[in-house]
Amino acid sequence: MAQPNYDAIIIGAGHNGLTNAAFLAKAGLDVLVLEKNDHIGGATVSRELEPGWFYSNCSYVCSLFRPEIYQALDLGRHGLEIVPLQGSVTFSQNGDYFGSYHQSDIKRREIARHSQRDADAAIRFDADLMKWCRLIRGMLLRTPPDPGSFKARDAFEFAFLLKKFYELSEAQLYEFIRFFTMSIADYLAEYFENDLILAHFSGGSIIGTGLGVYSPGTAYVLLHHAMGDVDGNVGSWGFARGGMGSVAAALASAFQSLGGTLQDSATVAKINVNDGITTGVTLTNGDVIDAKCVVSNLDAKRTFLNLMEEKDLPPKLVERAKTFKIRGSSGKLNIALDGMPEFPALPKGSPLTLGHMHFSDTLERLERAYDDWKDDRWSEDPYVDLLVPSQYDPTVAPPGKHMMSVFVQYCPVEPDGGWTSEKRDAFGKTVIDQIADYSPNFKDLLVHTEVRTPNEIENEVGLTGGNIFQGELTLDQLLFNRPFPGYAQYRGPAQGMYMCGSSNHPGGGVMGAPGANAAREILRDLKKPDVTPQDFGDD
Amino acid sequence: MTPAASPIDFTRTHAPSPFHARLLDHTITQNWATWNGYQTPRVADTVASEYFAIRSACSVMDLTPMEKYRITGPDAGDYLNRLVTRDVTKLKPGRVAYAVWCNDMGRVIDDGTIFHLSEGVYRLCAQHHQLDWLLLSSIGFDVTITKETHDVAALAVQGPTSFSVLSAAGIQGLDTLKPFGITSVDVAGIPVTVSRTGFTGDLGYELWMDPEHALDIWDIIFNVKFERGLYDIRVIGLDALEMVRIEAGFIMPGFDFNTADTAVRADFDRSPYELGLGWLVDLKKPHYTGKRALVAEHARPAKSRLIKLILDGNKVPSGSFLFDREGGENVGAVMAQTWSPILKRALALGDITLRKGQVPSELWAEIYYQKELKWKLHWAKGTVTDKPFWSHPRRSATPPHST
Ligand SMILES: Cc1cc2nc3c(=O)[nH]c(=O)nc-3n(C[C@H](O)[C@H](O)[C@H](O)COP(=O)(O)OP(=O)(O)OC[C@H]3O[C@@H](n4cnc5c(N)ncnc54)[C@H](O)[C@@H]3O)c2cc1C
Repeated sequence: MAQPNYDAIIIGAGHNGLTNAAFLAKAGLDVLVLEKNDHIGGATVSRELEPGWFYSNCSYVCSLFRPEIYQALDLGRHGLEIVPLQGSVTFSQNGDYFGSYHQSDIKRREIARHSQRDADAAIRFDADLMKWCRLIRGMLLRTPPDPGSFKARDAFEFAFLLKKFYELSEAQLYEFIRFFTMSIADYLAEYFENDLILAHFSGGSIIGTGLGVYSPGTAYVLLHHAMGDVDGNVGSWGFARGGMGSVAAALASAFQSLGGTLQDSATVAKINVNDGITTGVTLTNGDVIDAKCVVSNLDAKRTFLNLMEEKDLPPKLVERAKTFKIRGSSGKLNIALDGMPEFPALPKGSPLTLGHMHFSDTLERLERAYDDWKDDRWSEDPYVDLLVPSQYDPTVAPPGKHMMSVFVQYCPVEPDGGWTSEKRDAFGKTVIDQIADYSPNFKDLLVHTEVRTPNEIENEVGLTGGNIFQGELTLDQLLFNRPFPGYAQYRGPAQGMYMCGSSNHPGGGVMGAPGANAAREILRDLKKPDVTPQDFGDD
Repeated sequence: MTPAASPIDFTRTHAPSPFHARLLDHTITQNWATWNGYQTPRVADTVASEYFAIRSACSVMDLTPMEKYRITGPDAGDYLNRLVTRDVTKLKPGRVAYAVWCNDMGRVIDDGTIFHLSEGVYRLCAQHHQLDWLLLSSIGFDVTITKETHDVAALAVQGPTSFSVLSAAGIQGLDTLKPFGITSVDVAGIPVTVSRTGFTGDLGYELWMDPEHALDIWDIIFNVKFERGLYDIRVIGLDALEMVRIEAGFIMPGFDFNTADTAVRADFDRSPYELGLGWLVDLKKPHYTGKRALVAEHARPAKSRLIKLILDGNKVPSGSFLFDREGGENVGAVMAQTWSPILKRALALGDITLRKGQVPSELWAEIYYQKELKWKLHWAKGTVTDKPFWSHPRRSATPPHST
């Protein structure tokens, strides 16, 4: 079958693939998106697995998504709405809890209930975290500098580049390097004294990583989760109304309204390269589709090792792709409930069920959860990030019923002897039992449960190892090192080949930034006007 | 893990202050602000009546929300002297001193008053939450620092008749109490500490007591008006206080400038010199936090200054940018402003960038104002002054004036 010759083909309809495609279409290019699944979104997806309930099967909360992209693609008119989420709570084993209320005066009083000193220290903590957020946020919609032959491997080379390209002062620079290399436990110890508060604030630092609360590098992960905002409220998360699939749906709608073509159930087998020049793709059904450029939304490992032939790649790159750190560590339960579960530790009418709920009350329990993972076992006593979005969102469950999203840290890529459905269910039971310890009526309310280990995440979404960020967020894989030194500007090794997934700067999360940044570079190469948005700026 | 205190009331952003029952009666507007977790009137009746209660009669304000810390132990005096930029070693028991404290970079964290209550026993009153900083700063000192904000009820009684009102209420010995002095008195069997301090620049006192007796003391004071009809006494809110504190030239950390512990952007915080508080910095006293940076800063031309500005005309420069001449170069912005009924002048505090360390004598404000909702623009010339805009001999006269 003769296929038209596209200006650009995007492999994968993840939110970054769609963002990239939308900007290319906006610049007037003829763009085709190919998605292997019969639904779009990748890890930004909502599916109705039980009639009446819509799960956010993978990602579940939204705040990192760049408002500049939202505005530039007019996503509000394409059906997107992000509703701020309210607060968080950690239950403790002695029947008490720490509530991070969304109202600041009440939150302060609650911190003071546990420690007066910590209530005051929280002011310093917030201001310091804000300093880092500001710095990082300024880098999100920028293409990282090319270190060229200069390989920024160690902290000092890295520091030099930061100073040079991001105009950091000497003092900021040293603090920044320190921050990047610290563990969250050590970082928080500089502020807080209360065990429960320490555990509560450290949770965000291990989400999605193959690191523990005492591992160097986890302080940065906290920032990666805290740097987002909902309408200027930095650090606060939101729900996409209708579930995370609404983000993908709005992007797809914008893309199509700009004239783009979206084809699902089309798995790309290979990126075709002829004499160093990209010519198009071949699908698993044998179809060949030509295009002037090809953009991969897949993670770096899959892109280079599965879709490209080694002969088309520099040997060094093959080696880098093989050693790219992308081990999965997270699982997910999505649960349809017959009603709202009770949490008797909370006083009647408490607003704390509206936010993130956690059951890990000490750093030690968090570290032990990590120990299990290192032994290729799922955590016996996992860290969970539990939310019930149906308390606000009337579209994700029938009236009076509820939808629960449970993100689970840690779950191994492959337990001893590999995954079986029995093992998957046993993993699910571990999580359900933990929730039931704090909510006695929880088990009676279960209508349907989707249990996802890194195995399901890899097979369905195509995230290698089930790694939620498309690659670990450590210093050696961030900024101009992401995914590899020399390839951080979204350009692949063959002419006309690009990468736009979360494996690229600024990394994972539903952000859209890699997709937009890649579009900017592609448009530059094609000498087209830049239609990607500028950072709103912070000053 | 030690069990924490009983659950907080999450249905209210503020807790009732010990005076709350009376504040409710007097705040006929129900126009409240939240101050440090307490409900406090923004305006109790009208701003004009409250302003003139302070400047012409007697005003009462609940000061309980102000952060208070008790500092005791063998090293308490040394600790405080290491904390703040001025020399407080000579602060005698029964005396109060105003002070600022800085971080290591010599940037101001907060200001407040140090009360030397009795030998080696101090109370530090601060604008903002300081427990974290006070404890961090205490390393190496044998001191005990406890927050007593909620354990001490406080009432400001300020205005020309404040001495007469308190005397009529049975408080003895105020005739000899000098400004910044502290005395302990017995009021109908209730122990009360009285200091001749305040934030109004007028004659005035602050009363400190056990919260348990708060309402009794309130009633004893207000009986001078309601039962005996001797003097007018009015509850005031934050808006009237804002007017008089600007007239008196007092600054508000966190409002007039960014405090060092909350500033996110580099150079958005301020040093004592930049706030016009150089008189509070002692470069000769032994080491204290921020000294090295302040010594270095003192040797250089100042970069910025919080200036006091008296404007021509009657327009108040709310949120105005400041310029070197009409339509000229922008040099800064107004941080606080008021109309002064007693001076019939518009007054402002402005943060400006200095050229070669020189404070200009004159600045222009670009003022946007409304008439019947229509926006208008006006340029007003302002004169820079380094004195309080307003002061009165009765503030410091001892024995105090009776009216
Ligand atoms: C369980 C889980 C929870 C998460 N929670 C959050 C959260 O709450 N908030 C947040 O911000 N982030 C969260 N994340 C991270 C975030 O979802 C991802 O980082 C982000 O969605 C990745 O987007 P992407 O477009 O870069 O890639 P992907 O979403 O991985 O998109 C890749 C696309 O390519 C398609 N594809 C793969 N192979 C082929 C092929 N051969 N041919 C054609 N198409 C192909 C895939 O099907 C997929 O649609 C979570 C991730 C997971 C897995």
